[in-house]
Amino acid sequence: MTIAALNSNPTPAILPGSGGVRGALSDLFWRKPKVLLLLMLLPPVLWLGIVYIGSLFALLAQSFFSIDEFSGLINREFTLKTYADLFQAANLDIILRTVTMAALVTLASAVVAFPIAYYAARYARGRWKALFYLGIMLPLWSSYLVKIYAWKLILAKEGILTWLLAKLHLSWVLDAWLSLPVVGGNSLSVSFTGTFIVFVYVWLPFMILPVQAALERVPGNLVEASSDLGASPGQTFRNVLFPLALPGIVAGSIFTFSLTLGDYIIPQIIGTSRLFIGQAVYSQQGTAGNIPLAAAFTVVPIVIMGFYLWGAKRMGAFDAL
Amino acid sequence: MRSDGSQSAPLSLKVAAACGLLFLHLPILLIFVYAFTTEEKSFVWPPPGLTTQWFAVTWNRPDVWQALSLSVRVAAISTAIALVLGTLCSAAVSRTKFFGRETISLLVILPIALPGIITGIALRSAFSLADIPFSFWTIVLGHATFCVVVVYNNAVARFRRTSGSMIEASMDLGADGFQTFRHVVLPNIATALLAGGMLAFALSFDEVIVTTFTAGQQQTLPIWMLEELIRPRQRPVTNVVAMVVVLVTLLPILAAYYLTRDGDQIAGSGK
Repeated sequence: MTIAALNSNPTPAILPGSGGVRGALSDLFWRKPKVLLLLMLLPPVLWLGIVYIGSLFALLAQSFFSIDEFSGLINREFTLKTYADLFQAANLDIILRTVTMAALVTLASAVVAFPIAYYAARYARGRWKALFYLGIMLPLWSSYLVKIYAWKLILAKEGILTWLLAKLHLSWVLDAWLSLPVVGGNSLSVSFTGTFIVFVYVWLPFMILPVQAALERVPGNLVEASSDLGASPGQTFRNVLFPLALPGIVAGSIFTFSLTLGDYIIPQIIGTSRLFIGQAVYSQQGTAGNIPLAAAFTVVPIVIMGFYLWGAKRMGAFDAL
Repeated sequence: MRSDGSQSAPLSLKVAAACGLLFLHLPILLIFVYAFTTEEKSFVWPPPGLTTQWFAVTWNRPDVWQALSLSVRVAAISTAIALVLGTLCSAAVSRTKFFGRETISLLVILPIALPGIITGIALRSAFSLADIPFSFWTIVLGHATFCVVVVYNNAVARFRRTSGSMIEASMDLGADGFQTFRHVVLPNIATALLAGGMLAFALSFDEVIVTTFTAGQQQTLPIWMLEELIRPRQRPVTNVVAMVVVLVTLLPILAAYYLTRDGDQIAGSGK
C-alpha cells in the first residue's frame, strides 16, 4: 500500500523552475556556471583593468613624451629623449644612491629580523606566540607617518637619543659618527644614517613575517640532528638554518627593497637635501611640471623590481610568501 | 635526550629577539609621552612638564576635524567598494579553476606590490590625460584600488577552509542560488569579510603616498600630518593627533586579529 501511495504521487526527479526573475536567474547560474563566473569577475577585473592597468599605461605613454624646454609645455610626440635625460650624471647619481640605500636597508632588516622570526617560529608557544604575532602586526599596521614622526622626535638634536648618550657619557661616539663625510651631518635627523634607521624601522615587519613563515616549516629535529652530529651553533646556522630560511629572506627583501626604492616621504622628512628616486619623481611632476621625466623615473624601479622578482622566483621565494 | 620542543632558547637569541621587539615598539610609545609635554617649540627630552591642555586645543581646531571627516568618508566608501570587488574576485578565484586565474591574483596584488609612488603618479597621469579634475572621488578611486587586495586575501583564505559540499547540500535541499548565498555562504565568510573590511579601512585611513597625487587641494588626515611634518605650525597639536591616530588604528587591527585568529593567519600578512 505504501508503495502504491508513493507511486500515486510521484515527486519529479527535476524540480520545476521556481518562477520569477530571481528564480530564472538562479536557474541560469546553476545551468551555466560560466555566466555566474563571468558576472563575478567582471566588476573587479574591469575596475582594476581600467583604473589601474590603464593608469600604468598612461604613465608609460607619458614617459615617451617630452617637455619643451622653453615653453614648459608637454610635447605629445613619441621620443626617447626623456629616457636619455635619465642618464645625465645628476640623475644617475640619484638612481645609484637609492639602489645602494635599498640594498643596505634590506641587509640590515634581514639581520635584525632573523632573531625575532626564529624565536617566534621555534620557541614561542601558545600565549607567547599570539603576543609575538601581535607584536609584529601592530607596528606593521600603525600609521606610517606617526612612525616617521616618532623617529623625528628621537633623532632630533635635543631629542631622547642625544639625551641618553649624554647620560651614558657616550656623546663623543655620536659626534665622531656625525663628523664622518657621507653618513654624518648636522644631527642624525638630517643625515643618511637617520634615513637608513627609519627605513629599517618602518619596513622591518615586512621582513619578519616571511622569514618566520619560512622558519616555521623547518622541522626542529633537523637543527638537533645537526648538533648531534657535532656541528657548532655557528655551523648549524650556516649550513642548515640559513639555507632553509633563504627563500623567506628573499621574499621579505622584495618588500624592503621595493618599498625603499619608491619611498619619497622618509628621505624628505629625515635626511639630507640629496634626492632619492621617489623625491625626484615628486619634484619633477610637481614643482618642475616635467611629467615625462617623472614618468621615466618611475620606470626605473619598475625595471629593477622586474629583474629582482625574476631572480627571486628562481630562488623559490614565492612559495615562502 | 628527549626532543619535545620545549627546551628554552639560548640567552643570546632571547636578548636579540627582545631588543628587536623593543626597537619596534618603543618609538610608538614615545608618541604618548610627547602628547602631554608642555614644550611648544622643540622636541626636547625629557619633557619639561606635563599637561593635558593640548587635547582641548586640538579639539577646537576646525582644520583637524575637516581632515578627519574627509579621511573617514574616503575610508568608508573605499572599504565598501573594496568589499564588493574583493569578495566577488575571491569567490570567482576560489570556486572554479579557469584560464588566467593566476593573472587575476597578480592583478589584485599588483597595486600593493609596486611602490605607492608608481600607483600614485600613474593615476595622476591618467587623470591629466583624461582631463579629470581632482575631487573626493579621485581619492576614493585610488584608495579602493589598493584596498581590494586586503579583502581579497582574507576572503580567499576563508573560502579555502569552507567546504564546497555545504553549498552542494544546500542546493540539493532545494535552496536556490540566492538563498544559498544568503544562508550558507555569507554566514561562513562574514567574519573574514569584517576583518578584511577593517584592515582595508585602516589601510585607507593611513594612506598618504597615493593620496598626495590624487587629492588636489583637499586634506585627509595623513596629508594634514605630512604638512605639519614638513612645515610645523603647532607641534603640540601634531603630537596629540599622532597619539589619537595610533589609538584609532589599533582598534580595527586588534578586532581583525580576534575575528580571524582561529586557523587562518592571513589577516594582516602582506599589507
